[in-house]
Amino acid sequence: MAPVTWQVATVADLRVETPRVKTVSLLVPGWQSHRPGQHVDIRLTAEDGYQAQRSYSIASAPGEQPLIALTVERVPDGEVSPFLHDDLMIDDRFEVRGPIGGYFVWDSAAADPLLLVAGGSGVVPLMAIVRHRAQTGSGVPCTLLYSSRTAEDIIYADELARMGARGDGLRVVHTLTRAQPPGWSGYSRRIDADMLGEVLATTGAMAQAFVCGPTPLVESVAQGLVGLGLAPGQVRTERFGPSGG
Amino acid sequence: MSDRIVTRGFVGRREQTDRGQRIPPGQYRTNDFPVLSAGPTPHTPLAEWTFRIEGLVGQPVSWSWEEFQALPSRDFIVDISCVTKWTKLDTRWHAVSVDTLLEHVDLDRRAAFVIAFCDGGYTTNLPIADVVNDQAFVAYGFDGAPLAPEHGGPARLVVPHLYFWKSAKWIRGLRLQERDEPGFWEGFGYHNRGDPWIEERYSGD
Repeated sequence: MAPVTWQVATVADLRVETPRVKTVSLLVPGWQSHRPGQHVDIRLTAEDGYQAQRSYSIASAPGEQPLIALTVERVPDGEVSPFLHDDLMIDDRFEVRGPIGGYFVWDSAAADPLLLVAGGSGVVPLMAIVRHRAQTGSGVPCTLLYSSRTAEDIIYADELARMGARGDGLRVVHTLTRAQPPGWSGYSRRIDADMLGEVLATTGAMAQAFVCGPTPLVESVAQGLVGLGLAPGQVRTERFGPSGG
Repeated sequence: MSDRIVTRGFVGRREQTDRGQRIPPGQYRTNDFPVLSAGPTPHTPLAEWTFRIEGLVGQPVSWSWEEFQALPSRDFIVDISCVTKWTKLDTRWHAVSVDTLLEHVDLDRRAAFVIAFCDGGYTTNLPIADVVNDQAFVAYGFDGAPLAPEHGGPARLVVPHLYFWKSAKWIRGLRLQERDEPGFWEGFGYHNRGDPWIEERYSGD
């Protein structure tokens, strides 16, 4: 395999997604494309040569190259994410290398229905799948079950609403675990086996599941899906970055 | 890349210097114990659990859970580094040294690599030289308690001098081979050996 080399990335756009989440769009001229679900390493270098590296999931679909989008949650006591949130400006530069990871990826030629289960910023690599599915015109049924704390914590809320309304087989199901706005019609609790069963009933038992979020969610959802009859090989898991980010 | 790309305004947090020599390049220190896995956590009942050494050995050997617990074991206190950038210092494991396990088999002189195999189908490959001389152990305790399933319990391999994907969770045995063979992540572009001190993260590093 070819070495994964560091490339210069220039900040092309910054977008506030929620009070704690920002999307950093990067122009990477030599980007060799990626598969939805993969991540990149980034490396920041200070004036005196001090460096810090982190891994972030790619939010954008492959077709948007040479732009890639990273959606980053601000970890309050972190070293890198507060800098990306508070200090980074358009035209700033740092290094990226990737794409990295080859298991938590979706192939748009696959015929199996998709069940995507996200907790918080775990939606990021799944959004790359949702976007890629839309861009490629893949007709496979796709359900995104997405758990957030409150309505204002839903990342990509408008885009998901638009995409879910297109009638192309994408269904977006939200659950809000802490507070719900008046008239809320989605779920209002943590994802549990009943909820997974209801969602899976519309997706079918042949679903390929991708699960990403904090560890307790990933553990219980993966276990729940196996309990509902999915083979372990039908359930691929990924965690969003640990603390320290 | 010859020209250094400085990011405007980035200073960084800088780890304290006394610990600094224990944090490999590109890593940061965490006090949490993050969990990573590619699929659902297997839950093999201990009554069905065995640990096997097979392949290029005179006679394969297999231990039940009870037999494995009866093997000489001790605490190992080690630093661990995950390729996803975190390093955790002074982790305390209760484990059986791989040296102890290998005392129970006659190694064929052609044996040069071990493949760790696991519940759930995970594998990872290591040269024998990386698992002998007390460098690797099969752990079933962490911090004074049984090793939790999400951290690889009932038992996992720990090879602390290599990136942590080599420390295979839910291990069920070691297969001795003459030829090297990429394991699960090694087949997806991760480095074949994975030494964190020289940042062997991905193929070609």
